[in-house]
Amino acid sequence: MPQLGFVLQWVVKAMAVILAITILNFFLIRLAPGDPAVVMAGEAGAADRHFLEQVRRDFGLDKPLVVQLGTYVKNVLTLDLGQSYRTGRPVTEMLFERLPATLLLTGTAYLFALIMGPLLGAVAAMRPRSLFDNILMVVALVFYATPIFWVGLLLILIFSVQLGWLPPFGMHNLIPVQGAVAYALDVLKHLILPAITLGLFYVAVYVRLTRASMLETASLDYVKTARAKGLPEWRVATAHILRTALIPIITFAGLQAGHLVGGAIVVETVFAWPGIGRLAFDALFQRDYNLLLGVFLISALMVVFFNMLTDLVLRIADPRIAGRS
Amino acid sequence: MPFLKRFAENWGAVAGLIVLGLIVMMAITASVIVPVDPMATQGRPLLPPGREFPFGTDMLGRDVLAGVVHGARISLMIGLVSTVIAALIGITIGAIAGFFGGWVDDALVRLTEFFQTIPSFIFAILLVAIMTPGLASIVTAIAVVTWPPIARLARSEFMSLRRREFVEAAVLSGVSRTRIIIFEVLPNALSPLIVMSSLMIATAILTESALSFLGLGDPNRISWGYMIGAARTVFRQAWWLSVFPGLAIAITVLAINLVGEGLNDALNPHLKGRVRVET
Repeated sequence: MPQLGFVLQWVVKAMAVILAITILNFFLIRLAPGDPAVVMAGEAGAADRHFLEQVRRDFGLDKPLVVQLGTYVKNVLTLDLGQSYRTGRPVTEMLFERLPATLLLTGTAYLFALIMGPLLGAVAAMRPRSLFDNILMVVALVFYATPIFWVGLLLILIFSVQLGWLPPFGMHNLIPVQGAVAYALDVLKHLILPAITLGLFYVAVYVRLTRASMLETASLDYVKTARAKGLPEWRVATAHILRTALIPIITFAGLQAGHLVGGAIVVETVFAWPGIGRLAFDALFQRDYNLLLGVFLISALMVVFFNMLTDLVLRIADPRIAGRS
Repeated sequence: MPFLKRFAENWGAVAGLIVLGLIVMMAITASVIVPVDPMATQGRPLLPPGREFPFGTDMLGRDVLAGVVHGARISLMIGLVSTVIAALIGITIGAIAGFFGGWVDDALVRLTEFFQTIPSFIFAILLVAIMTPGLASIVTAIAVVTWPPIARLARSEFMSLRRREFVEAAVLSGVSRTRIIIFEVLPNALSPLIVMSSLMIATAILTESALSFLGLGDPNRISWGYMIGAARTVFRQAWWLSVFPGLAIAITVLAINLVGEGLNDALNPHLKGRVRVET
């Protein structure tokens, strides 16, 4: 049962990542100057002795380090990430509330990049050194060098302030719209700018990768054979070159998933998108470390999820990989 | 010199080198060419670009041009220092893993993989926030999150060089392992590592700008990301506050990328055209 092995392998990997991040978080708190209880309580609770006592009790901070680590790991594994000391609400609850918005944003950006990048790169590779190829390569180079928060601000200036086409921030209209279709359209309208902002950097990366990878594949013998068989050029390009050339791109996309989740923090801040990134920014501002550590953990889980998805796609694109493991 | 000739044939790389040279000059001579304190009020707030202030003023009446010119120092310095530290960590770990192999290699590869799996930007945010924002914490955070690709590259280079005759000969003649790694293997593995490091400077500058944008910069020094972040609330009325520093970041990073790719093509001709964007 290769599928079972695949699932098991990923469950083990996810567990290992959770455990490692939990231990890392534990030591990160102790890296901060001062009493860990004060650090965990944040600026809000640090002055309140009753609060500090509660933190010490919750995390067993008066016990030896090994026992503390054990308590912390046990708490995390039972989905108890403690409270946000600003709002007094459980961190897990706050994270799950924001997760759908971030998944929608990162998922859309990921799809946008994975479709546009290889598509444009493939068109460029079919006519290397043409005008289209040259222009595209320069544009890709520029976007690869541009900070995404700046791209976001410029897109708002152009499409919201100047042209007035798309809303500049938020996920919904301030006045709620009626009906499911109208609601979905409203969210979609708010989604376009942030998703494009987050995706453009990766489009630039994938365009360049696809072009390079396709040019390399095009010189291989089996492609010459395909041409010699008299297959039409578009068929050689899609079925023979692109399919092979896509494999390193998909692999790379999986490796980049962590960046995507990190980029979401910046993009959500620019567009006031109510996801985990925005939550992280607020937590940062209020020095709400407990919440920040929770964001770190759930982001790492999202990366593992995206990696798993990538692995799954790879198996479909390249049956040799499934056979190997 | 085939290397210089190959580099000079690449017009993009030459253009990048010239632009980068100008930016470095600007950073070094900042207090001479724009002798204005970028953190002090110079005029009325939110003046659009004009004769007195070519790039306008911000909400506190500070000169945006002075900020852009002086900000180059922080960006370049952080980019360079954090990359040097990341390269030192990465090369050390990669060299040990690739040279010794066995369980040492296994353990170090797992460690590297773990650091590549965790969302690096969020990790950097956490590190800076917990260590309190400042130059040292930003440099440390960027170095801690960017070393893994260097380690992987160093490992593969060391693994292949380890089997070569001159290394075997050095081992047999009783030279110490440390000496072999530093004086025999490293010089032969250096060129791809230099290429990757040069491209990492660009990533480090982008990371610094994003951290500063989020308000995690050094509060006492002007930087491009800080300028854009501080102006976020008024950027709709005052476009110049975010446009000029943003352009400065994009031009600098673009120039470094062009130089890095030029180095790649010139040092490793067999890899020509292949993009190395693994960071």
